[in-house]
Amino acid sequence: MRRIIFIAIIAVIWEVTSRISGLPDFMFPSLTQVFATLFNGLVEGQIAVAILTSMKRIAIGFVIAILLGVTFGYLIWRYKLVEDTLGFIVTALQSIPSIVWFPLAIIWFGLNDFAILFIVTIGATWTMTISATSGFKNVPSLYQQVAKTFGSSGFHFIKTVIIPASIPQLLSGLRIAWAFSWRALMAGELLGGGGGLGELLETGRSLGQMDLVISVMIIIAVIGTIMDRVVFIRLEKSVQTKWGIS
Amino acid sequence: MYLSIEGIHKSFNTKNKGKLKVLDNINLDIEQGDFVSIVGPSGCGKSTLLYLIAGLEKSDTGSITVSGKKVKNPGPDRVVVFQEDGLFPWLTVLDNVTYGLKLKGLSKKEIKEKAIDVLKMVHLSNYIDSYPHQLSGGMKQRVSIARALVMEPDILLMDEPFSALDEQTRMVLHKELLEIWRKTKVTIFFVTHNIREAVQLSEKVVVFATRPGRIKEIIPVPSTKDGIMPDSVTLYTEQKILKILQEEIEKVLKEEMGDDYSFETNHIHRDHSGDLGSNI
Repeated sequence: MRRIIFIAIIAVIWEVTSRISGLPDFMFPSLTQVFATLFNGLVEGQIAVAILTSMKRIAIGFVIAILLGVTFGYLIWRYKLVEDTLGFIVTALQSIPSIVWFPLAIIWFGLNDFAILFIVTIGATWTMTISATSGFKNVPSLYQQVAKTFGSSGFHFIKTVIIPASIPQLLSGLRIAWAFSWRALMAGELLGGGGGLGELLETGRSLGQMDLVISVMIIIAVIGTIMDRVVFIRLEKSVQTKWGIS
Repeated sequence: MYLSIEGIHKSFNTKNKGKLKVLDNINLDIEQGDFVSIVGPSGCGKSTLLYLIAGLEKSDTGSITVSGKKVKNPGPDRVVVFQEDGLFPWLTVLDNVTYGLKLKGLSKKEIKEKAIDVLKMVHLSNYIDSYPHQLSGGMKQRVSIARALVMEPDILLMDEPFSALDEQTRMVLHKELLEIWRKTKVTIFFVTHNIREAVQLSEKVVVFATRPGRIKEIIPVPSTKDGIMPDSVTLYTEQKILKILQEEIEKVLKEEMGDDYSFETNHIHRDHSGDLGSNI
């Protein structure tokens, strides 16, 4: 209820200021105008198609990043040599904002889908690697000893103890990784084009349609919130209740 | 001999003190179906010995054999019940109990039957679908005992399994453990620091000396056929063990608190209840 009132107040202030500001509509559109564009964009397909394109990209990039991250995390946890080498540079790599890779990606892959996918993937891989590593490392040795005395080893040991025991940390890793790749995707599309929400922002700018730009921003915020609040937080909650944490 | 421990030496590398000798020439033989307790001051290596038998640690020299087979790795013939229950929080009680059975390659029906049987034995058959966090400490420890028993191990290794529980729960579990032992005749190797617990449960108490850990004395616990012992007998045995341990405890305390400290003269742990006015 508080949230609804808060949003309503913001909406009213926005509508009023845009009307009395004297700025032309294309620079500071009113709320109603933005909603009209948003609605049209969804119905006519311009925004809807862009959403689909972006979601497809992030789905592919995110999945690759998670697989890579978990694999790297496993190798770092398992082999001291990998920990000393790859583990050492992962922190450095993680501190590079993924959009910084874009110039390289354009030269390597050209200005296309691959370049965008590349930065989406690389944006999430390192943070997932770090989460996975610490998840695996923090599996209580008690669980490992229990499993070993019952005769578990090899792949069975990984599957039935290491992975499930690190689920809470893997989940929070997923959540951060998603946030990283979502930001990378928007930046990549904004610069790289090829359809998607990011490109739509660029289109809106070049056509002087701030109502379209703001519509896309709203969509980005809504998708981000849904993924975080509905998907990831719920997953974490359900694991916490099952395990009896807090 | 069933479980035979021969010439075990074990040291750990520590950062400050260099090599720390934990176990010094341990020789011990245990017969099938025995219930043997190990008592000793903390840090005397009694848990380390249990880990060696379990195969979770490797000794420097010496060998451990179980019914003729040399112990090299952990295995389901020597299952451990740890101090903390160590149940997997992501599995239900039933799945926790069947975890090891599934590795044995039995049929699904057989696995479930065995698990339910053993859960009945520890009086938890109403909780098979609960998750560990929904159970109390005593119930969790019962599940972990069930999980170990269902494997039908040659030796049940118990590492201070009841020390984290409250007094009442512990008493109940003592009774249950003895019932289970009589029923299954499993060999039990029980590590504890609680002398009373050791005397009440086992047939033989191995007293450990410390720094490095050695076997100081092996005290047989007198038992009657029905298993009910007069209090005076258990108290006598308890005090005998306490006397042996006193010297060791003092050694540890002196190391921790300086040479002027004397446990003997301070009498903090003396149990006078055994006198019952006989000295008047």
